Amino acid sequence: MTAEVNAAAGRPVGRVRFMDAQRVNLDGFAVENADLGLVAMRSPYDPEPGLVISDGRVTEMDGVPEDRFDSIDAYIARHGLDLAVAQEAMSLPDVEFARRLVSPDVPRSEIVRLSAGATPAKLAKVLALLRPAELCQAMTKMRARRTPSNQAHVTNRLDDPLLLAADAATAAAFGFREVETTVPVLADAPSNAVACLVGAAAGAQGVLIQCSVEEALELELGMRGLTSYAETVSLYGTEQVFTDGDDTPWSKAFLTSAYASRGMKMRVSSGAGAEVLMAGAERKSMLYLESRCVALARGMGAQGVQNGGIDGASVAAAVPCGLRELMSENLMVMMRNLESCSGNDALMSESDMRRTSRTLPIVLAGSDFMFSGFGSIQRYDNMFGPSNFNAEDIDDFLAMQRDWGVDGGLRTVTAERIGQLRREAAQMCRAVYQHLGLADFTDDHLERAVDAAGSKDLGETDTLAVVSAAQAIRDGGLTVVDVVAALDETGYEAAAERILAMTAQRLAGDYLQTSAIFDEQLRVLSLVTDPNDYAGPGTGFEPGPERQAEIDAIRQARGVDDLRAEQATSAVPLLAAAAPAPGNGAGREAAPGQDPREVVIGVSPAVGRDVWRCLSGLTVPEVLAELLAGLEEEGCTGRVVRFNDTVDLGRLGLAAARLAGSGIGIGLQGKGTALIHRRDLAPLANLELYSVAPAVTPELYRLLGANAARHAKGGTPDPARNPYNDEAIEARYHTTVIALMALERAWVKPGAPPEELSLEGLR
Amino acid sequence: MTEARALSGKPVGELTLEAVRRGEIGLEDLRIHPETLERQAGIAEQHENPQLAENLRRAAELTRLGDEEVLSIYETLRPGRATPAELTALADSLAGRGLPRCAALVAEAAEVYARRGLSA
Repeated sequence: MTAEVNAAAGRPVGRVRFMDAQRVNLDGFAVENADLGLVAMRSPYDPEPGLVISDGRVTEMDGVPEDRFDSIDAYIARHGLDLAVAQEAMSLPDVEFARRLVSPDVPRSEIVRLSAGATPAKLAKVLALLRPAELCQAMTKMRARRTPSNQAHVTNRLDDPLLLAADAATAAAFGFREVETTVPVLADAPSNAVACLVGAAAGAQGVLIQCSVEEALELELGMRGLTSYAETVSLYGTEQVFTDGDDTPWSKAFLTSAYASRGMKMRVSSGAGAEVLMAGAERKSMLYLESRCVALARGMGAQGVQNGGIDGASVAAAVPCGLRELMSENLMVMMRNLESCSGNDALMSESDMRRTSRTLPIVLAGSDFMFSGFGSIQRYDNMFGPSNFNAEDIDDFLAMQRDWGVDGGLRTVTAERIGQLRREAAQMCRAVYQHLGLADFTDDHLERAVDAAGSKDLGETDTLAVVSAAQAIRDGGLTVVDVVAALDETGYEAAAERILAMTAQRLAGDYLQTSAIFDEQLRVLSLVTDPNDYAGPGTGFEPGPERQAEIDAIRQARGVDDLRAEQATSAVPLLAAAAPAPGNGAGREAAPGQDPREVVIGVSPAVGRDVWRCLSGLTVPEVLAELLAGLEEEGCTGRVVRFNDTVDLGRLGLAAARLAGSGIGIGLQGKGTALIHRRDLAPLANLELYSVAPAVTPELYRLLGANAARHAKGGTPDPARNPYNDEAIEARYHTTVIALMALERAWVKPGAPPEELSLEGLR
Repeated sequence: MTEARALSGKPVGELTLEAVRRGEIGLEDLRIHPETLERQAGIAEQHENPQLAENLRRAAELTRLGDEEVLSIYETLRPGRATPAELTALADSLAGRGLPRCAALVAEAAEVYARRGLSA
């Protein structure tokens, strides 16, 4: 259709229609609108920072006098600020505060000290000054725990216990230090908690477990030792939304203490967009409202905060500077000396580039938890809704860690180990359910769960059995001790010991401190035991040699030896030297031909020795057969000569041309790159070239042969065209090319004569 | 560091699989002891977080209450559940039972809830 016709129909030109069809245009983008709270960093209605203290009491904060404090102001004013440092912090110019925050010369402890005296409006204003690279720099310094880590979501549509156990084991094996589960059916919650507890123990020691459900049930599961932490204690930045959420700062503060009183780790949850979605943002910016939440979290005595958008991440992402705002939220938590569980747990875009752009800076800077839930399961099984990264992206994430040389908390696990752990976890889970009289699972179900990439691979399952198992756990008052005993009695003593050892950690309480996780030796890593000591280049966290090797050794990495072995599997008894060797094993020396219809095909040194298969997947004999057939179609003859003194394609082609009776030669490297040369041309010139070896087809090689013959006969054929496409051909093949060329180079002998190869089996 | 013990008084070292097999381990043996929380509060204080310390000290008090009572106090503190008088009575009762920090939290809630219309 022409542009004119399209314009008449109200359609933009093809260029624009093409752009419209890209996935990023499925995302919603909002016009900034402070009246709706659709503003990231600075609303004209945000208050000016301010603090008035009389007789050791806050009487005015951020422009609001004490008698007009809402419940959030009131809690922050009474508990959230260090009044001894307040005056100093509040009088520090915003830019100076921001510079100190970024500078590696100002220690983390100094920023923590100052931030404790800063009001919500003050911190929001300071953070709004930081540019993206400065946010990264500040986050690197301000994170509480030196060693970064990661959290996984483990859920499925069916709440299938065996699959949950297998997936929890898989997540633990990949290196996730917290596993968070939730339910599509609330009544299933106790079953999910047990399945994840058992499964994670199969995968690794020291993984913390959470079952995110309604507050009272979540606390109950924790009290029974079935879970070990909580993070869905939600805070909101306006009183209205807080109350709509059926809580107050005091009820949440009490709940925070309740978790600690049972030895459970907990963090609160907040983040941009929640107030906007509830139409309760009161015209304030997202960053300012979140600053209130974080100040409140600190005031309540929570050790950490899950924020950075969370459920509202896409709301922030819809407005200008939204991603900056999300990262600022995490940094603010760190400034308040709390653990940051840094969002990235909601798919904020249909665009792979946008969602990567959202997460990458946090991975580069390093956080206590890069994700407050990396979907370790497939998108469709994520009952929190798809995370920003999911099972679909685990290999991508492992490659990103390796690309940047950073520790994102994950590691490669071999296929064998994943299979073995999934089996162990599913078997253990089945044994526990059977032993405790919760449910029986068939062998077929178990096999499917071990193999499943997601719950759709399970086939029909009995979901009622899960509900009744969960009911039995709840009504029977089952505790972690029962699970330990069941594992022990069904022959899984090691797992029983693991869970028991983990449970015993509750009595020590060290993991109630800020940013605490366990390593796999069950040592607590926290603000107390593993404080971040970043102070510029050469300081702070660096993966140790062992960990670095783990990051580097992704399963797709290949070396020359791998390639040699792979090539050897394609070796055939063809391409032998044409006649008995007159010396140390070399073939018959190739002599110049006389026939004006003769074309010589010059191949590289490793062909017929170490190199047998081209990048296209065709074998070298197959390619040669096509070239020879093409020559014959045009009435020419071919001779195959292996050159031993060069790997360069131009030189191979030229040397072949000089041996050919016709003066036309074809150069062919073992990897499949080919050209046509003529004896009077410069080495780097050529008549036709196939440079994209992986995409060359048998038909194209035949055409190259035919065209060489046409040149030999003095014709000027239409040159063959390279088969270009839109794939990342170079990314896919360059490492193989390097290894192939190393194999070629190893056979090079300077000055060694070319040898003629037998055409046996090629025609 | 002295060995931690459970709320039941059982030292953490006795929390073994053998003891589980003998049926000697109950939930009380997995509950954190208030002295441990107090010790952790001291550590939090040394690490620039007096609010976390206060939370852990409130938690130490709460170890004395059963699960149901803890959950019921939480419920009472949610918006619109209790009158200011009921909250004050709860605060008094907690104070009388030796939970002064929890009592102070509830008393403060009573005051703010009344002013902000968050009580029943």
